[in-house]
Amino acid sequence: MSEGARERFLRHFEELQAVLPGSDQPWLVRMRESAVQSFRDQGLPTPKLEDWRFTNLKALETLDFRAVAASSVPNVPDNVLDGPRGAVGDAHLIVLVDGIVDAALSDLKSLPDGVQIRSLAASITTEPEKLENYLGKLDDPKLRALSALNQALFQDGVFIELEAHAVLERPVHILCLQRSGDPPTAVHPRNLIVAHAGSSATIVEHHLRMSPTQALVNTVTEVFVEEGAHIEHIKLQEESDSAFHLAALFVKQARDSRFRSHSLALDGGLTRFDIHAVLAEPGAECRLNGLYAPQNDEHIDHHTTVEHAAPHTNSFELYKGILDGSAKGIFHGRIHVRPDAQKINAMQTNRNLLLSDRASVNTKPQLEIYADDVRCSHGAAIGQLDEDALFYLRTRGIDAAEAKSLLTFAFANEVTAELPIDTLRRYTESFVMDWLPRSNV
Amino acid sequence: MLEIRNLHAEIGGKEILRGLDLHVRPGEVHAIMGPNGSGKSTLANVLAGQPDYEVTAGEVLYHGKNLLEMPAEERAREGVFLAFQYPVEIPGITNAYFMRTSLNAQRKHRGEEEIDAVDFLSLVREKMKLIEMDEKFLNRSVNEGFSGGEKKRNEVLQMALLDPMLAILDETDSGLDIDALRIVANGVNTLRSEKHAVLVITHYQRLLSYLVPDVTHVLMGGRIVKSGDRSLAEKLEESGYGWIEEEVAKGGAPA
Repeated sequence: MSEGARERFLRHFEELQAVLPGSDQPWLVRMRESAVQSFRDQGLPTPKLEDWRFTNLKALETLDFRAVAASSVPNVPDNVLDGPRGAVGDAHLIVLVDGIVDAALSDLKSLPDGVQIRSLAASITTEPEKLENYLGKLDDPKLRALSALNQALFQDGVFIELEAHAVLERPVHILCLQRSGDPPTAVHPRNLIVAHAGSSATIVEHHLRMSPTQALVNTVTEVFVEEGAHIEHIKLQEESDSAFHLAALFVKQARDSRFRSHSLALDGGLTRFDIHAVLAEPGAECRLNGLYAPQNDEHIDHHTTVEHAAPHTNSFELYKGILDGSAKGIFHGRIHVRPDAQKINAMQTNRNLLLSDRASVNTKPQLEIYADDVRCSHGAAIGQLDEDALFYLRTRGIDAAEAKSLLTFAFANEVTAELPIDTLRRYTESFVMDWLPRSNV
Repeated sequence: MLEIRNLHAEIGGKEILRGLDLHVRPGEVHAIMGPNGSGKSTLANVLAGQPDYEVTAGEVLYHGKNLLEMPAEERAREGVFLAFQYPVEIPGITNAYFMRTSLNAQRKHRGEEEIDAVDFLSLVREKMKLIEMDEKFLNRSVNEGFSGGEKKRNEVLQMALLDPMLAILDETDSGLDIDALRIVANGVNTLRSEKHAVLVITHYQRLLSYLVPDVTHVLMGGRIVKSGDRSLAEKLEESGYGWIEEEVAKGGAPA
């Protein structure tokens, strides 16, 4: 009988165990062993699970992924970075190749005092006590098999720490490059962001495939936003049609903190992005924005959870989907308000634009509200381009193709307008504007 | 310039225009009046190329070319402009961007160079002054949250900017107060020249005091049933359409 995904990933653990960072740290060894056990118990999620009804990972069962060891990552030429750097512009750059930080490609000169951006693997060696306080504290391998897989197999990633009141003016650009490979590669990068009281930064997690082949990324990012801190997190996904992109973002917010997430899922074969934000103390506020634009037979699934665990917390959520071809989009937004969390504002909107009659969307709000003093609104819509608007533009001399592009751009605008980096906003806007193939109109 | 012959058009299987004839020469302003449901807006939409309307018979020549064969955008580029009765709101696109895109589409068609953002801005400001429109409307989304009057003014601004050979105003006066009416009429009057023609579709005579037509037509049951000079509009305002209905019923040939 051939090897299934569960056996294959457990074998990867056996292969890599000796080179995984932290093998001299008992806490990390325990964490990995318990994660392995969790994954052994669960295996990959299947559509039998409510949260995975619309996203099927069975294609992963038969693909003979290979693990990538840190030492086997070859050099990547510098000029590979020119294009992707342009998307974000002037930024502190840290590059991962196949999940491993590449110091030579990174550019971390002129970091201000109080800001640390480095390889997670290196930090495990140099400051294990600090990492022990944070690493794996926000995701639970028992509840999420992909977290178990990541905790078991992560080799590297980025560790960002902002000391109290440190302000990072330029954004951080985490560029995750995935090379091609035969057999396809499977990598599990893990990032950790700790923003101490009153600090602020804008961080772009940019996933990019260097060639259009099958490969798997299973990434997890944990973010601690302490009192009064403000973090903007942007995830820019530009993967190939045949990529498997599984990602998670876990956030914990303290008193009066701000966190904004912008998910730009512009390209990617099979994508699943789980976001889990916990508003742990009064005054915390989060905003989750997203734009997903699957084409052809791409599949993009966003699952968000906002947990109002304290009174006087606010959450705002806006996800927009543009779908063409026979693409599939999924938005599942869960809002959970604990019984003692009064004076809550929670808003959620999901709108979808179907440009083809073969494209489809599943959208589902899930509200679990156990307090009484809560203002909560949610709305979901699925529609086509407005024919009246199309005609209006055409009567002004704008041809049908350009009019459709303009209206698609207009649809995305609510999300793109909120991007905190001008270069990235323009990059995303032109992506949307040029997105519709002219032949399609 | 515009030659409409025996035009029949329907929407959703319902015939609205039933043999309409109209002849507009360059330099002329024609008013088309008529009761609700007579086909006024249908005529405007058919001329602009609204795809929901189906022309079942007749022809429309514009500068000798078959207008009905052209897609809506080509009509616009050839100089036909429709000021909408209900302008469409487009959240997410600024008015300035929309109007520059539209102006450039037309310039390109005429083989002219595209206008850059700076030159566009000075051009559009000049036109806004003409119709007393605040510049803040440039950076707002197209028609979004505009009052009825602001939307109409925005239509006239686009018209002034695009300088069409044939402007069709579909009830541009409805919902305007008397000041706005005067300003809108001024905007249209600046377009009057030997080359330009205007088709004013309206319910009321009052716009026509500011925008004096060369010919007034009465549209009823999908046909022009009477044509005359300005005094016809005044008579309609005083006496309504009843007397014309009687005339038509008696078998009086359309004048």
